[in-house]
Amino acid sequence: MIKAVMVINTQGKPRLAKFYDFLTVDKQQELIRSVFGVLCSRAENVSNFMEADSIFGPDSRLVYKHYATLYFVFVFDTCENELAVLDLIQVFVETLDKCFRNVCELDIVFNYSKLHTILDEIVFGGQVLETSSAEIMKAVEEISKLEASSNSITLVPKTVSGWRNR
Amino acid sequence: MKDMIRAIRACKTAAEERAVIRKESAAIRAAINENDQDYRHRNLAKLMFIHMLGYPTHFGQMECLKLIASAGFPEKRIGYLGLMLLLDERQEVLMLVTNSLKQDLNHSNQYIVGLALCALGNICSAEMARDLAPEVERLLQFRDPNIRKKAALCSIRIIKKVPDLAENFINPAAALLKEKHHGVLITGIQLCTDLCKVSPEALEYFRKKCTEGLVRTLKDIINSPYAPEYDIAGITDPFLHIRLLKLLRMLGQGDADASDTMNDVLAQVATKAESNKNAGNAILYECVETIMSIEDNGGLRVLAINILGRFLSNRDNNIRYVALNMLMKAITVDAQAVQRHRATILECVKDSDASIRKRALELVYLLVNESNVKPLTKELIEYLEVSDQEFKGELTAKVCSIVEKFSPEKIWYIDQMLKVLIEAGNFVKDEVWHALIVAISNASDLHGYTVRALYRSFQTSAEQETLVRVAVWCVGEYGDMLVNNVGVLDIEDPTTVTESDAVDVVEIAIQRHALDLTTKAMALIALLKLSSRFPSCSGRIKDIIVQYKGSFVLELQQRSLEFNSIIEKHQNIRSALVERMPVLDEATFSGRRAGSLLTTVSTSSRASHNLPNGVAKPSAAPLVDLLDLSDDAPAPSSSDGNFLHDLLGVDLAPASAQSGTNQASKAGTDVLLDLLSIGSTTPVQSNSSTPDMLSSGLDNQKQIATLDALSSPLPSAPANSSVGASSMMDLLDGFASSPSKREDNGSVHPSIVAFESSNLRVTFNFSKPPGNPQMTLIQATFINLSSDAFTDFVFQAAVPKFLQLHLDPASSNTLPASGNGSVMQSLRVTNSQHGKKSLVMRIRIAYKLNNKDMLEEGQINNFPRDL
Repeated sequence: MIKAVMVINTQGKPRLAKFYDFLTVDKQQELIRSVFGVLCSRAENVSNFMEADSIFGPDSRLVYKHYATLYFVFVFDTCENELAVLDLIQVFVETLDKCFRNVCELDIVFNYSKLHTILDEIVFGGQVLETSSAEIMKAVEEISKLEASSNSITLVPKTVSGWRNR
Repeated sequence: MKDMIRAIRACKTAAEERAVIRKESAAIRAAINENDQDYRHRNLAKLMFIHMLGYPTHFGQMECLKLIASAGFPEKRIGYLGLMLLLDERQEVLMLVTNSLKQDLNHSNQYIVGLALCALGNICSAEMARDLAPEVERLLQFRDPNIRKKAALCSIRIIKKVPDLAENFINPAAALLKEKHHGVLITGIQLCTDLCKVSPEALEYFRKKCTEGLVRTLKDIINSPYAPEYDIAGITDPFLHIRLLKLLRMLGQGDADASDTMNDVLAQVATKAESNKNAGNAILYECVETIMSIEDNGGLRVLAINILGRFLSNRDNNIRYVALNMLMKAITVDAQAVQRHRATILECVKDSDASIRKRALELVYLLVNESNVKPLTKELIEYLEVSDQEFKGELTAKVCSIVEKFSPEKIWYIDQMLKVLIEAGNFVKDEVWHALIVAISNASDLHGYTVRALYRSFQTSAEQETLVRVAVWCVGEYGDMLVNNVGVLDIEDPTTVTESDAVDVVEIAIQRHALDLTTKAMALIALLKLSSRFPSCSGRIKDIIVQYKGSFVLELQQRSLEFNSIIEKHQNIRSALVERMPVLDEATFSGRRAGSLLTTVSTSSRASHNLPNGVAKPSAAPLVDLLDLSDDAPAPSSSDGNFLHDLLGVDLAPASAQSGTNQASKAGTDVLLDLLSIGSTTPVQSNSSTPDMLSSGLDNQKQIATLDALSSPLPSAPANSSVGASSMMDLLDGFASSPSKREDNGSVHPSIVAFESSNLRVTFNFSKPPGNPQMTLIQATFINLSSDAFTDFVFQAAVPKFLQLHLDPASSNTLPASGNGSVMQSLRVTNSQHGKKSLVMRIRIAYKLNNKDMLEEGQINNFPRDL
C-alpha cells in the first residue's frame, strides 16, 4: 500500500501532500520536513530508493524522483515494487505534463485542487488505480468539463477584499 | 484562491506568512459564520492549501459536509476533496457524511458516484464499511470501467476495515479477473490479492479456481502485441505484469500444485522480459521475488539468482540496490547460488553510492565462510585503503568481525589485523584491539614475528592510534625479541633494530600530542619495561619518564613518579617487576567481552588498569590467578554494577565498598574469592582505608624506612618494594595499587537504593570521571520484585536547572520477574553547582505488568553529599 505522496520543492516547501493513513497536521509537517532533510542531503548520482524506517516506521520504503525544482516522493510498504513505483512517478509526471503543457512548479502551486484530482485518478486510497496516462487524462478532462459547465463559480468576485467589501 | 497563493508566495519571512494566513483564516471563519453559500467552495479550497502548509483548519470541517450535501458537481468535488484532506475516520463528524455518501453512490451522474467512491476509499471507517458495502459491491458490476475499478479499490479498503465482509466480495472479485479492460483487471487483481491476505477461505478459493486463469492471462500479455495505451518505455503494461506476479506469489506460497502450474509462465517471464529498461527490470524483479517465494523449484531459482547477478552489473543504481536487497533474502533460500556472484557483490562494496555500498557489505558479511574468508578479506582490506572516510568505520568493523570469526590460523589473524590497523587504525574499536593483544599474547611462537611486523608498520603509519597502542604494548613486552631477532619466520625480511630504535618507537608514541591518555599511559609502562630489558638505554628512558613528572594529568604524573622511583631506587627488584606478562586467558577475555557489551568504561579508568599489571608483578605462585584476571584488564572490564553487588553481598563489609568499586573493575569475583581464601580477612578489610592497610602490610615486612613514602602521593611505590616477601604480602601489594587508583577516579561513593516500591527496586552506583569533578556517572540497576515480567519498561528522570542530565539507552525494555535479571541504564549528570548543592532527581518509571500500564514516580534525595 502506498502510504503517502508528496511533492516538495527544493526549498523544502510542500507543494502537495497526501497521506493515506490518517496523521495529525503536526505529524504531517514533521514528516515532510524530515523527508526533505534526507532528500536534500543526498548526492546526485545515487539510487532513487531510501530506507524510510526511521521516518515512517518499519518496512517503509521511499522512492523519489527529482524534476527541476521539485521532488516527487512516494512512500509505501513492502507490498509495492520499488521499480514499479518509480515508473508510477513517471506516469504521474507525464500526466501533469500533458495537463499543463510543460508543467512547472507554478502550475502545481496555482492548480492545487486539479493536482489532487489527477492524483486521485492515479492512486486511490493507497492503491494504484490507473497507470495509463491517457486514461487518467480522459477522466480528469471529463471532470474539468463538468466543473466548467456549472457556472456558479465564475460569477463571484475573486479576491477576499472584493467580497468582504460588497 | 490565486490571490491568496500569490500573497503567501510573496512572503519573505515565516512571520509574514503567518500574518497572511491569519488574515485569510479570519475571513474564511467570518464567511462560515455568515453561512455564505457562494464562497463556500472557494473558501474550502483555500483551507486545503492552508492545511498543506501546516496551519489549523478544523473550523472548516462542517463546511465540507455542507458542500457534499449540495447539488452541484463542483461543490461536491471540493467538498469531497476537503473531506479526504481535512477529516479522518476517527472524527465524529464523519458519521454525518454516511448518508450523503449513500445517496451519491446511487447518483445518476457517474462522476459523482466516482467522487463518492474515491472519498469512501480514502476515509472509510469500519462502521461506514458495514453500511455501504452493499452499494460498493453492486458498483463492481457498473457499466463504466472507471467506476468498476474505483469500486474494486474501495472494496479493498472495506475488507481491510472489516475482514468479515470479505466473503461477500470473493465472487465479484473473481469475476473481475476475467475483465479485458487493463485498468479494471489491475484493480481486480489487487482486490483478490488483498482478499487472500485477510481471508484464508478466499486464498483457498482463488488457488483452486483462478490460478490457471491467471497464468493464462499472464501468458497472453507476455505474448500480446504492442498496446500503446498501457505501454511504458516500450514494455506492455508492466504494472499488470507485476500485479499478476504478486497474486501468483500469494497463491503459490505453500502450495505445491499451484506452484507447479505457474512454473512455466514464470520461466517465460524471466527469459522474455527485456532487461535494458526500468520497466522490464521491474517485471524481472517481481518475477524473481515470486520465484523465490513459491514452492521449491531448483532450476527456476538458479535462473532467478542469475537474473539478480545480472542486475548487479547494471549501470543503474536503483537496479543494483534492489538486487542486493533481494540477494539478502535469497541467501537463506539458496546460499550456494548466491556465492557464485560473490565477485560481483564485492564490486558493489566499492560502489560510489553509499546505500549500495552498505547493502553490499552486509551481504558480503553474510557470504563469508571458512572456505572463502581469505580472498574476501584480502579484497576488503585492499579496498579499505581507498574507501571514503565515512565508510571506513563501517567497513573496518565488518572486516574485524569477519577476521575474528573465521580466521583459520593465528598468523593469518595477526597479519590481517595488522593490515587493518595500518589502514584504518583510528576506526578500530577498543574491544577489537584488546582481543588482538590477547591473541598475540597467546601465540607464543609468533611474539618475535609480531613485534617486528608492528615495528615496521609503526614506521609508516604512526598516525593510526590503535596501531600505536598495540605496537607500544608489544614493544614493551617483547622488545628484546625485536632487537635480538628471536623466532624469525622464513617469510620475514631480516631487519636490524637496535635497542635505541625500539625506545624511539615508544618515545615517538608518547610525544604525539594528538594521542590520548591511554596511549601515553601505555607508553610509560612500555618504557619501564624496556628500561629493564635494555639496561644501556635506561638513562634515556629515565629522562623521558621524568618529563611527565609535571604532567597536568594525574594519571601520567603519578606513573611518571612511581616509575622513576622504581628505576632509581629499586634496581634489584626491577627485572622481577617488569617480567613479561603471563599468557592472557582467551576464554575469560571472550566471556568478559560478551558480558561487557552493555557497559562502557571510561578510557582513563581503562588506562589505570594497566597500572597494576605493569607494576605489581609478583612471582608468587598462589597469585597467578589474580594476575591472570587483572591481566585481562586492558580489555574493557566488566560491568561493575551488578557485579559490585555480588561482591559486597558476598564478601566485604560495607566499609570496604569503596575499594570494592575499584577492584570490581579489574578483577573477577572468583579472584576475589581466591584472594580471600589465600589471605586472612585482615588484608581485605585493610583496603578500606589506605593508611591502615599499608601500615599493616609494611609492619609485617619491617620496612618502616619506606613509611615516609606513604604520606607522599605515591602510595603504590613502596608497595612495589615488597615483592619477594611471602605470598600473602604479594597479595597486599597487588592491592596496594588500588588506593592509587582511587585517587585518579576522584572520590568513590557508596551505591544507594534510589527507589523502592512493592514491584521495583532501583539502585544507583556512582563513579566520577577523572579531571571533571562536576560530572557523575550513574549506573542505574532496575530489579523487578514482582512475580511477573515487566514489558515496555521506560525510565525517565528530571533534574533541576543547575544539573544537566544525559540518559543512555537502557540495556533492555523487559525486566524478568522476581529479580531474575536486571536492566541497566547509564546516566551522566553534570552538576554546575558542584560542592554547593548536591544532586537531586525526580524519576518516573513506566512499564507494563500483565499488559496493564503501570507508572511509578518518586524523588531521590539521598544522593551522596559531594557529587
